[in-house]
Amino acid sequence: MTKVSTISRRRLLQAGAGAAAFTLAAPPILRAQDVLRFGHLTPRTGFLGPLGEYAAMASKLAVDEINAAGGVLGRPIELLQEDSVNPQTASTKAERMIERDKVACIVGEISSASGLAIGQVAQRTGTLFMNTGCNSDALRGSDCQKFMFHIEAQNSMYVKSIGQYYVREGLVNGKSWYSMTADYAFGHDLLKVAKRFMESNGGSFAGSALVPTDATDFSAYLLEIRAAKPDLVILNLAGQQTTNFFKQYAEFGLDFPLGGFGFDMALAWAAGKGNFVGSWPSVWHHLVDTDSSRQFVSAFTERHGKPPENQAWGDYNAIKIIAQSMQETGSTDSADIVRHLESGATFDVLKTREGYFRASDHQFMNEMYGITALPADQVKNQWDIFTSSEAVPGKDESLELIAATGDENACTFPG
Amino acid sequence: MLFVMQLLNGLLDGVYYLLIALGLSLIFSLGGIINLAHGAFYAIGAYLTLVLAPRLGFGGALVVSPVLVAMLGMLVERFLFTRYYRLDPLYSLLLTFGLAMVAEQALRMIFGAAPLSYSIPDFLRGQVFIGDFIYSRYRVFLIVIAAACVGGLWLLLEKSAFGRVVRAGVQDPDMVGALGISLRPYMAAVAGIGIGLAGLAGVLLAPIYTIHPAMGAEILTPAFVVVVIGGLGSFWGVVLAALLVGLVKGAMVGLGFSAFSTAAIYFLMLAILLLRPRGLFGERITRFE
Repeated sequence: MTKVSTISRRRLLQAGAGAAAFTLAAPPILRAQDVLRFGHLTPRTGFLGPLGEYAAMASKLAVDEINAAGGVLGRPIELLQEDSVNPQTASTKAERMIERDKVACIVGEISSASGLAIGQVAQRTGTLFMNTGCNSDALRGSDCQKFMFHIEAQNSMYVKSIGQYYVREGLVNGKSWYSMTADYAFGHDLLKVAKRFMESNGGSFAGSALVPTDATDFSAYLLEIRAAKPDLVILNLAGQQTTNFFKQYAEFGLDFPLGGFGFDMALAWAAGKGNFVGSWPSVWHHLVDTDSSRQFVSAFTERHGKPPENQAWGDYNAIKIIAQSMQETGSTDSADIVRHLESGATFDVLKTREGYFRASDHQFMNEMYGITALPADQVKNQWDIFTSSEAVPGKDESLELIAATGDENACTFPG
Repeated sequence: MLFVMQLLNGLLDGVYYLLIALGLSLIFSLGGIINLAHGAFYAIGAYLTLVLAPRLGFGGALVVSPVLVAMLGMLVERFLFTRYYRLDPLYSLLLTFGLAMVAEQALRMIFGAAPLSYSIPDFLRGQVFIGDFIYSRYRVFLIVIAAACVGGLWLLLEKSAFGRVVRAGVQDPDMVGALGISLRPYMAAVAGIGIGLAGLAGVLLAPIYTIHPAMGAEILTPAFVVVVIGGLGSFWGVVLAALLVGLVKGAMVGLGFSAFSTAAIYFLMLAILLLRPRGLFGERITRFE
């Protein structure tokens, strides 16, 4: 109390006048009402936190590049970044960003459960939400929303793209798999798709273990796998578990081929050369050889001292796509952007072919890659620890070849 | 046969929790501090390995990082814990919870949120076969070190003058004071040893677990379960509880109920607390009753 009373009325008036003068004199670029706000919500702590950090770095880079090039419709973008933590918090923060901060859109998320929560807020408030990391098919099917778009590939795309590779390598027909599945929504969804794929391609399961998401030690599972003698071990684990598994798989000297239907490069980098093995699907990786991809990799590496990984790709391109759409439609209104994205507009996402959003379920159609770990003696540095297949689908094939069909994953947008 | 292997493997797994749980138990028994930052010291031990191993080798890091972590622990004891010994444990719970968050965020700021890579040193790679039982050579090494530490700690607590004062301090600090013995240096030493053991666990597990800022929180919960099952103030209770937890986990995987392997240890805790509210061998510590 005493502190307040020591500020004289005169001082207060002076300060107020000064502030007003500053506001009036400031160039338009600093005036709050001209700034276009983008909300970025993604897990920054917890088991998805490490991936969320790539998302945060990449979204910042995208915004800085857009602002350096003059912003969107002459307005600079202000990026509000927050830790989404869990579905409840994600939903509360999304509401706050929309109601209080008046963001034009929300970008981000990795956890499918949080993505679902943000999608519902987006739908209720009529605000665009671009999902950059949730893979669950249900988000594009039974839970689809008119205002929710998905640049991240869905589980079906991961399964079908790398599945074709396993078929070619003779690891499917008449063969048996051992699957390790994280015991939560993402894992269950993936297991369902994997089973469908196996059944339609003449394979079977030698064993299937559900793994609690907080398990760190896999020695018990390794003994089971060793006894089951599968032709392929399929790993659909959560976050860092994959890294732990790589390290312990090498530790126990098991050499059944390894693969899976979800993959994040950061986890392979953390496992390191020699420990990282197998063939995996990827939505993008830093060795994709196109002009725009090389540019992104060098800008990111220059800023952060390490190359971007696939999660960075999602958030970087999501922001670029929204900014480009606003520029093309001349509007920042979510309803206009939704119409534009549904119209089949194409976007460069650092690959050989441009991609587009499928109007039926808002899934982004674009190329994917199969990557295979290099043997330890061929690895030159800690980042380039794999080789990549050509883009899938091939250049004369439809991009929809690897996506879930309408029958497999039907979406009816709620009215 | 496979099931027997699972039980054996589970027993050995339990040893990893032990290094963390023993320290937790010691620090609580003597000072009444529930050290939620214990996992953070484990994480610091692992990160120190990354920093030190390129210069000193894995062997050097194995010796130096736990010592550095122990010194850090003694600093924390000297400047923070000492203010909370005589207060309700709730206050120290808040303190160490905050400390854990500060440590985790500091690691994130210094090393980045992305997990970092570290592998088993070449001379410890490979597997050992006993009949059809396969085990990793590194884990044999890990268990030998852990068993040596547990044995050493037991000797220190049970057979030395130092240990006698510590045990008396656990039971009745006021009486120890009345006898003219200041517990202060003993408390500092116990915090150093307990926290140093957590640091050692960090070094030992760095080659087979993922090194990331939240790794401390990841290991803390099962360690707490072990302490609660074992009973406060009981050395062998904690040892037995660690083995029991590993055994139950291994059995669940062996029986095909892997999804419930984590839930099972909480049920185990519940069952034991219903039968023995102080844990397996928990002693009656008057001031906590």
